Amino acid sequence: MATHFTIEGLKAEIEGKEILKGINLEMKGGEIHAIMGPNGTGKSTLASALMGHPKYEVTEGSVTLNGEDVLDMAVDERARAGLFLAMQYPSEITGVTNSDFLRSAINARREEGQEISLIRFIRQLETKMKELDMNPEFAHRYLNEGFSGGEKKRNEILQMMMIEPNIVVLDEIDSGLDIDALKIVASGVNAMRSEDRGFLIITHYQRLLNYVKPDFVHVMMQGRIVKSGGPELAERLEAEGYDWVKEELGIEDETVGQEA
Amino acid sequence: MAKKAPDIEEYKYGFRDEHKAVFQTGKGLTREIVTEISKIKNEPEWMLEFRLKSLEQFEKMPMPKWGGDLDELDFNDIQYYVRPSEKQGKTWEEVPSEIKETFDKLGIPEAEQKFLAGVSAQYESEVVYHNMQKDLEDQGVIFTDTDTALREHPEILREYFATVVPPSDNKFAALNSAVWSGGSFIYVPKGVKCEIPLQAYFRINSENMGQFERTLIIADEGSFVHYVEGCTAPIYSTNSLHSAVVEIICKKDARVRYTTIQNWAPNIYNLVTKRAVAEENATMEWVDGNIGSKLTMKYPAVLLKGRGAKGMVLSIAVAGKGQHQDAGAKMIHLAPDTTSTIVSKSISKHGGKVTYRGLASFGRNADGAKSNIKCDTLILDNESTSDTIPYNEIKTDNIVLEHEATVSKVSEDQLFYLMSRGLTEAEATQMIVMGFIEPFTKELPMEYAVEMNRLIKFEMEGSIG
Repeated sequence: MATHFTIEGLKAEIEGKEILKGINLEMKGGEIHAIMGPNGTGKSTLASALMGHPKYEVTEGSVTLNGEDVLDMAVDERARAGLFLAMQYPSEITGVTNSDFLRSAINARREEGQEISLIRFIRQLETKMKELDMNPEFAHRYLNEGFSGGEKKRNEILQMMMIEPNIVVLDEIDSGLDIDALKIVASGVNAMRSEDRGFLIITHYQRLLNYVKPDFVHVMMQGRIVKSGGPELAERLEAEGYDWVKEELGIEDETVGQEA
Repeated sequence: MAKKAPDIEEYKYGFRDEHKAVFQTGKGLTREIVTEISKIKNEPEWMLEFRLKSLEQFEKMPMPKWGGDLDELDFNDIQYYVRPSEKQGKTWEEVPSEIKETFDKLGIPEAEQKFLAGVSAQYESEVVYHNMQKDLEDQGVIFTDTDTALREHPEILREYFATVVPPSDNKFAALNSAVWSGGSFIYVPKGVKCEIPLQAYFRINSENMGQFERTLIIADEGSFVHYVEGCTAPIYSTNSLHSAVVEIICKKDARVRYTTIQNWAPNIYNLVTKRAVAEENATMEWVDGNIGSKLTMKYPAVLLKGRGAKGMVLSIAVAGKGQHQDAGAKMIHLAPDTTSTIVSKSISKHGGKVTYRGLASFGRNADGAKSNIKCDTLILDNESTSDTIPYNEIKTDNIVLEHEATVSKVSEDQLFYLMSRGLTEAEATQMIVMGFIEPFTKELPMEYAVEMNRLIKFEMEGSIG
């Protein structure tokens, strides 16, 4: 079945404060959507709420993946249903090696007795790490412990490549990356493009989009998507900034909770 | 009136068998009972005297008021000696069938075949099975139960017995000295290195049982031995007592590693005195895993007596509902350039309580000594608690003492991260816990590490509210 991801009227709050004020978005397999916007407009909240972070409470709206109610699922069920979030600040887990963790994550999607063979796993892992220009030693390092910002981001992409999800949300995957690392991450994403996989790229710079061409670009302000367009929208934002959008829509302060 | 069995998380070794003992003393402790134990064992006079003196010592000493809660421990409600069989087996076929089945269920004969150089299995008060590979025997290694050692190697036993832990050391050492039975005796001759571990397995089967094994290990100059012990018992509504004494002598350049995986049932008081002496350039390593019991009070110690001696304690303690692990380590630096390392990892959950209690002591001659202590606690929920109680005694200037302690909780973000990759909450918690104790498990022989991981997994199942 073709991947179909729908967000309708999604509202979410943190500690009683509403951050998402009705998000609507439809994504199909093969599409790349970019969500852009200045800081504090609710972009990362959207990413966390989609994955089900317990800090965020969804108060209204629906999210479905291939017709299944995502909001009704626990975090791990969402993951196994095909949702993946590359996080802005991945956690560090002492004592658990990257490769043990990845193997558990892959096996979490398989039936008992159908686990991936060690040889096959290692071969896959080595190949993907090479593609991402990662030092093979990172397979045996503890999960994200002592990784630099850029190494953590690459590790997120590595996980995505190994897990092969249907809907990938990349939350500020470009922040803290130098241009070489950015290119590597972008090529990792491009290598994963496929007809049954959709991407939602959250960023506030356009530069990643030079390497990963989006099909749709959405601008987020005040907890809503206020403008949508094609790749040309991202280019205009890069050239002119966000002020023209604010002017056009009569927004004075784009951050959440500042609207009149 | 029968009390309800303790409400505990599942304990997979809680089964019991219906084996009938061939002799038992009945409950309570008197001079007559101590004399009877000594008599039935055909002991020499000096040992009987030692026992009776120790009994007096025990009666004189007050219950410790520190550490865990011992109020429910009733010395009159315990059987001090139960003899399960007439003789010890050298093959499993010679072991009474119910007992053999029990050890089969515990996987001991299988483990012996696969990866052990020698096995001793103690059931209640006596060692019912004992065997060691012939090549070790040929090299002069003695591995036997302590009762047999008293008969067959009396000189060497008498030379070292109770020299590291005298009966007056503490109330439970005195008790053990009065009623001891079983335990392991190991002598490794000069320069002999036992590459494959020797194992003892301790099983309590009866209700209100007291198990008081006495272990003595002598590693002669330049030798090496790794000794592993495991313990389990059935679950009863009343309490049993396990009170062992372990004495180890590491001579010059010798190295001993003593690994314990204690998984007693949650109705067992586990009050154990473990102490080693390390002579010049010797190394003593305690690897101590405490998962079960109602209350454990255990502080493996190393007396660093010779120049350059090294001591290590690496321990984990897991306390669940109704459990208190009061565990730690003692490092007594008595000579120059001695070094010690303590790594303690504690986990509390479901209202369990873990206490790290440790001593780092530097005597006047401990010039240039170093000690590094690291205590980490992971608390899994809001009902559970932890304490860290370090004591330091420093009588010389030129030493280095480092102490680091952390207390952490499984964070929401860590769980979210792991779950966002498809692991269930239980799997994610388990992964964080395993990572936390990884410094411990990586020190275990592979087969034990696997077993340890299995145990921890089992412990963590159902940990999630």
